[in-house]
Amino acid sequence: MGLDTRTIIDSSAFSLGKALLEKETSSREICQAFLEQVDKVDGDVGAFISIDPEKILQAADASDARRSAGELLSPLDGLPVAIKDLIAIEGEPLTCASQILKDFKSPYTGKVGSELLSAGLIPFGRLNMDEFAMGSSTENSSFKLTRNPWNLEHAPGGSSGGSAASVAARECPWSLGSDTGGSIRQPASFCGVVGLKPTYGRVSRFGLVAFASSLDQIGPVGRCIDDVAVLLDVISGHDPYDSTSWPNQLDAASLSLKVPVEPGTLGLPKEYFGEGIDPEIRKNMEEVIENYRSLGFEIKEISLPHTELAVPTYYIIATAEASSNLSRYDGVRYTHRSDKAKDAVDLFYQSRGEGFGQEVKRRVILGSYVLSSGFYDAYYKRAQQVRTLIRDDFLKAFKEVDAILTPTTPTPAFRIGEKTDDPLSMYLADIFTISVNLAGLPGLAMPSGIATSGLPMGFQLIGQPFEEGRLLQIGQAYEGAHPFTATPELIQ
Amino acid sequence: MLLMQERPEVDIDKLAMLSRIQLTEEEKAAFSGQLSDILGFFQKLQEVDVEGIAPMAHPFDAEAPLREDEAAEPWAPERALSNAPASRENQVIVPKVVEDA
Repeated sequence: MGLDTRTIIDSSAFSLGKALLEKETSSREICQAFLEQVDKVDGDVGAFISIDPEKILQAADASDARRSAGELLSPLDGLPVAIKDLIAIEGEPLTCASQILKDFKSPYTGKVGSELLSAGLIPFGRLNMDEFAMGSSTENSSFKLTRNPWNLEHAPGGSSGGSAASVAARECPWSLGSDTGGSIRQPASFCGVVGLKPTYGRVSRFGLVAFASSLDQIGPVGRCIDDVAVLLDVISGHDPYDSTSWPNQLDAASLSLKVPVEPGTLGLPKEYFGEGIDPEIRKNMEEVIENYRSLGFEIKEISLPHTELAVPTYYIIATAEASSNLSRYDGVRYTHRSDKAKDAVDLFYQSRGEGFGQEVKRRVILGSYVLSSGFYDAYYKRAQQVRTLIRDDFLKAFKEVDAILTPTTPTPAFRIGEKTDDPLSMYLADIFTISVNLAGLPGLAMPSGIATSGLPMGFQLIGQPFEEGRLLQIGQAYEGAHPFTATPELIQ
Repeated sequence: MLLMQERPEVDIDKLAMLSRIQLTEEEKAAFSGQLSDILGFFQKLQEVDVEGIAPMAHPFDAEAPLREDEAAEPWAPERALSNAPASRENQVIVPKVVEDA
């Protein structure tokens, strides 16, 4: 048997799957190669909260046995996938990077987890994140820092920092993250990998620990469009255990990539190209636009007039939903319990005071404020109304264009510590990604260049609801003509 | 419409109570200022004309189909209590909640 470690970790999941089918390698060999890479670089990168090599190799052996017996569960059987530590798989940790769940082991497997397992995919460690997915740098993890593989002094982005950093550092071929306001796309952009936030309802939220239920979606991170499409197809689909999951038929995104791409019209929202964008990102965007033109795409300026309201609207809705969702962590049934409590009520206060980190406390309290009697209409209800206006901007734009092209972030990855003292400036890091969640649309982040600082830059494509196939086609047209081949020095 | 201040003051003790979170004095001081800044930033929304605009709770109004009403196996108590910080005889132990007579 034989592929060497280097070849394995440099391969896309798609080509590893092919190598498995052609019996050029085994699941054990693949998992061992990535485990070696984790050993080698994760001391620096810090993408994983926990990983159980023994369990992974056992699962790999079981997959190899199925392969010998001709009983494969799917063409992907035996490939490892790393998972953000907020997606439930029975027997695996589920910490959300929070002290309040530090010893929690999931007693059940959610929908996405069971789709992975029934395809024979192997859960490959639990990835670091901002506590309860609240943050844009992974610095809010209560366990450890994750560093950007391109420059260890810089943040990997967040909240799915571990999901993006692990893929960029070749510690896994692909991973799952979750995106509430940009938490897949912003770290994917900071780490030079591809990340997709699916249309709201495409992927079940059953087994995804809730942050803001009307915005949360699980999505894939990979090194190429093919991988992201394949993993999306694995996790998509209706689920009776999530009443917001889409009950109608979905396209198979990976199949749309097998037909020639028809160029279409891309919209450039003028509100996304204003002040505050790093000059190198701006220049890179101009190149991306030019490249799409030369691929035959028509480029059209559009307007999304309510864009400047997206960040405040988002933080009202997200904190309101979070304050309600996080009330379940009470110190009674399955969380950390304080031993300082004087009585039953004090148990709530002390357990939550000890178990939650600063950003989580800040957001729960903010959510309590915007929902509180006397302020509800002025904040929460009004934010929901503005949300309608933001969504309608997009629906109107989609009458003229197939997809919308924007920067993913205003700057490349910022330094670790740079924004930690100023929550408001951290919130503004998500300025280009947040509207997509409010409108429920799919958003794709792709790498497109390297800044003089050596950090990756990228762009975002926003698609029409449930048109991931088309969105990924448009992404693949770019990838095919301008493949992103740079790699972090760390792994050279 | 409520008359909004530019940088609303917050009653941090009341909010901590509504949130059931014990805050340290340092946290109270830090959060009060930060929350006022953030709420000030939220004031932008007060300028928008939202008359007659329907509030949006979810992006798509797909009808939620109901599941068949079928009996399912419930979780064994040991499984449901597998993460409980304190339990006895298949029940969660909590501090005493009734006053002594």
